Amino acid sequence: MDFQELTINMGPQHPSTHGVLFLQLKLDGEVIVDCQPHIGYLHRSIEKIAESRSLVQFMPFTDRLDYIASMNNNLGFCLAAEKLLGITASPRAQYLRVIVAELNRVASHLLAIGTFAQDLGAYATPLFYALRDREKIIQIFDKICGQRLTYNYLRIGGVAGDLPAGADQLIKDFMAYQRRILPEYHDLLTGNVIFCARSKNIGVLPKETAINYGVTGPNLRASGVAWDLRKDEPYLVYDKFDFNVVTGANGDSWDRYDVRMREIEESLKIIEQALGGLPEGDPVAKVNKVFRLNGEAYMRTENPRGELGFYIVGDGGPLPYRLKVRSPSFANLSVLSAMIKGMNISDAVCVLGSLDIVMGEIDR
Amino acid sequence: MDITTIIHSLQAKFPGIVVGASADQLIITKEVVKPVFEFLKNGPAAFTSLHSITAVDRKDTVEVVYHVHSFAHRVMLTVKVILGNDQLEVPSLTLLWGAADWLEREVFDLFGVRFEGHPDLRRILNPDSWTAHPLRKDFQMDGIVPRPVK
Repeated sequence: MDFQELTINMGPQHPSTHGVLFLQLKLDGEVIVDCQPHIGYLHRSIEKIAESRSLVQFMPFTDRLDYIASMNNNLGFCLAAEKLLGITASPRAQYLRVIVAELNRVASHLLAIGTFAQDLGAYATPLFYALRDREKIIQIFDKICGQRLTYNYLRIGGVAGDLPAGADQLIKDFMAYQRRILPEYHDLLTGNVIFCARSKNIGVLPKETAINYGVTGPNLRASGVAWDLRKDEPYLVYDKFDFNVVTGANGDSWDRYDVRMREIEESLKIIEQALGGLPEGDPVAKVNKVFRLNGEAYMRTENPRGELGFYIVGDGGPLPYRLKVRSPSFANLSVLSAMIKGMNISDAVCVLGSLDIVMGEIDR
Repeated sequence: MDITTIIHSLQAKFPGIVVGASADQLIITKEVVKPVFEFLKNGPAAFTSLHSITAVDRKDTVEVVYHVHSFAHRVMLTVKVILGNDQLEVPSLTLLWGAADWLEREVFDLFGVRFEGHPDLRRILNPDSWTAHPLRKDFQMDGIVPRPVK
């Protein structure tokens, strides 16, 4: 009996592609021979739009890049703009930024874990756990800045407003709750026989390949590279906090899940320290609204999905001459076809889910 | 190795390399793109990660901007190649870094810079049927992109 190659179109509308991603898979039986990702379905030309907006006007667009972690995008853009303009935010603003960025990292990782389990066929339960707990963070953000998904809370030189009364208690309650509830996730997933069978030794990403493809963030750390910008190139006040850089041993899908689980604990540690040491003062920026942009600046920050970079070039006017977004998911997805060649088609979804991509920042 | 030592070692090997506006920025010519990046990646500086490739349209020239990162020495280096507007061609780095594949396709799509030796230089974000390169300054936005209200 002879086999012939079969081409399968996975996406653009597919429940487990996490957005509009189109994978063209060539199969020999059940084995993937070739994978050709097609992206761009969500391309909104945000980099071109930036050239006709001032930096202040551009801030809400950054929310729409990685819409699961808007606070972190705000932060990356703020820091790049501040680097270009030579502005430093007040200490209280810096602490508040750390708190909201880490809360958003927890929310993002929760969603990543929930959808990953859903992709593996753990229908509904883990995802509902994740959504239930993420909702608590969203409610905190709702109280802080009035938005649930696209926050636009950070400003160049500070934040939009101080913590409202009662918000710090909400955050403390959430941390106590999340620490109590995390063992339930471990009971449900971490040691689960089916979950391990579906994810251990599946989609092994060797350290060298990960670095070669520019993979960053939890995916890189799961491959055993202890690299975290918060530790290695500290920005804001991250150097004042005690936390660990979590790494995995094998770089398989299970490790990528496990790194995210443990990073939630580290983020909670950071939030606790930041909330405890929150300095007094005014976090609201006292800077101009219109800036003259001269020279260029490149700034990268540790987003939940990896290193987010903003490259801003000015020509002396108020509008950026060029603004480039280096998105972590773009690099993380580019390694996919190298990873899933020779794999069973049923594992392709597992690998894709474990990479935790967001199409909004890939297509921009 | 700090950034100045790395740049000195590079300048010793490739005369003609100019330091740009800041100390971590180099300007090289397109003839030496391949050997310079090979030296950066495999040499003592060990820039193992190609962080990003982008371009800036300066109207009569196009700057291709590379950001490379070294885990071993914890430094990031910006390398610029300035191309004349009539010759938008630069050697591809796909043989050195897997990351270059998609990054170069993006720069080709948005700026029209051709990467010689790229195995699969297709558009990546815009439809294949397009002929324009939208991040060029001469791109006509009217009718395609809404302008902000004045």
